[in-house]
Amino acid sequence: MTTRIVELRQGILKKNDELARTLRQSFTSAGVLVLNLVSSPGTGKTAFLERTLRELKARGARVAALVGDLETDNDARRLAASGAPVRQINTHGICHLDAEMIERHLTGWEIRASQQVSGSASQQVSELASQQGGAQSEPLEAAGTEGGRLVALSDLDYLFIENVGNLVCPSSYDLGEKIRVALLSVTEGEDKPLKYPTLFNSADAAVITKIDIAEPCGFDRELALRNINEIRPGIRIFETSSKTGAGMEEWLGYLAEQLTRRAS
Amino acid sequence: MHELSIVSSVVDSVTESAAAYPGARVLEVRLRVGALASVVVDSLEFCWGIATEGTEIEGAKLVVKTVPVVVWCEPCGKASELDGVQSFRCPLCGELTMDVRQGRELEIESIEIDEAGENETAGRRDKAEVPG
Repeated sequence: MTTRIVELRQGILKKNDELARTLRQSFTSAGVLVLNLVSSPGTGKTAFLERTLRELKARGARVAALVGDLETDNDARRLAASGAPVRQINTHGICHLDAEMIERHLTGWEIRASQQVSGSASQQVSELASQQGGAQSEPLEAAGTEGGRLVALSDLDYLFIENVGNLVCPSSYDLGEKIRVALLSVTEGEDKPLKYPTLFNSADAAVITKIDIAEPCGFDRELALRNINEIRPGIRIFETSSKTGAGMEEWLGYLAEQLTRRAS
Repeated sequence: MHELSIVSSVVDSVTESAAAYPGARVLEVRLRVGALASVVVDSLEFCWGIATEGTEIEGAKLVVKTVPVVVWCEPCGKASELDGVQSFRCPLCGELTMDVRQGRELEIESIEIDEAGENETAGRRDKAEVPG
């Protein structure tokens, strides 16, 4: 037996990280600010994003969203009501989005005046989808090319990516975003940041949702803020309600501020 | 939850790297996993058998080394290891710090291969390389 140790020192998610880097470069050169929204299922990511898209559009910003779910295009339909281009990514069992899914769904993203939600053509099923048995987008109708208009990154100010509801796995996958947003609702318990430190520690901003029901839920605000700060000191925290609009001004102000800094 | 896809990536990378040593058998795969990597070591080990089955590296042992979090404290001018991931405070002065220097690793450190491996069983021992 002739044994030998071969040093590899290789990132396990190297392929994802390299693709994410390429995506980040193209987002930067297109001048679009990309945000990755991560939370547990039920935190209210979609409601928060609905409100964000609507308010940004009302302010004249050019917005679009990619939304990840295991199944269904329900979220894309909800978000499309804002009038923004929205594309659903169905992962078919995969618990997170990865850079490849983002790249694939940015390709040939067609938006028609009558149809704000679009899916990719069936021939775009990638190698990954066939390997992992999933991750292809579901066209709402048969996707066609005639009469369509493609979504170009350079036409956007903001691109939101709503990740699959999961506080663990999405934190390992860089999607090329500029800002990772961790969301937490008042119904989830103040210790969520301590239970899922990886996500909160890698986040650039934190959003507390459903603050309109904080009181009946017995939400200890001070404790929640302290816990977030313990895991990610100095992070910007927004206390919001997608229902009443509380805290949205501050959040939108933050987005505008980040947009002016996007090229840096 | 995503340990199986992580392990599958490891199998692909190792198979690719091992291809540079024709006829060699992979005995051991060593990973470095940070305390902040969101990966459950038990799940990695559980998935390993499934992911390697029927591949060229079937039978290889998986060794996972956990890497603790190290933070840099500006006031102390020192890097310190944290006991856990519940609080990002310098253990020396108690100051909160965002400067994580170690603990996010998710990498293949090395592989141990038996270069004589299949050559030997195929009766071509004379072709095996002498260890360096």
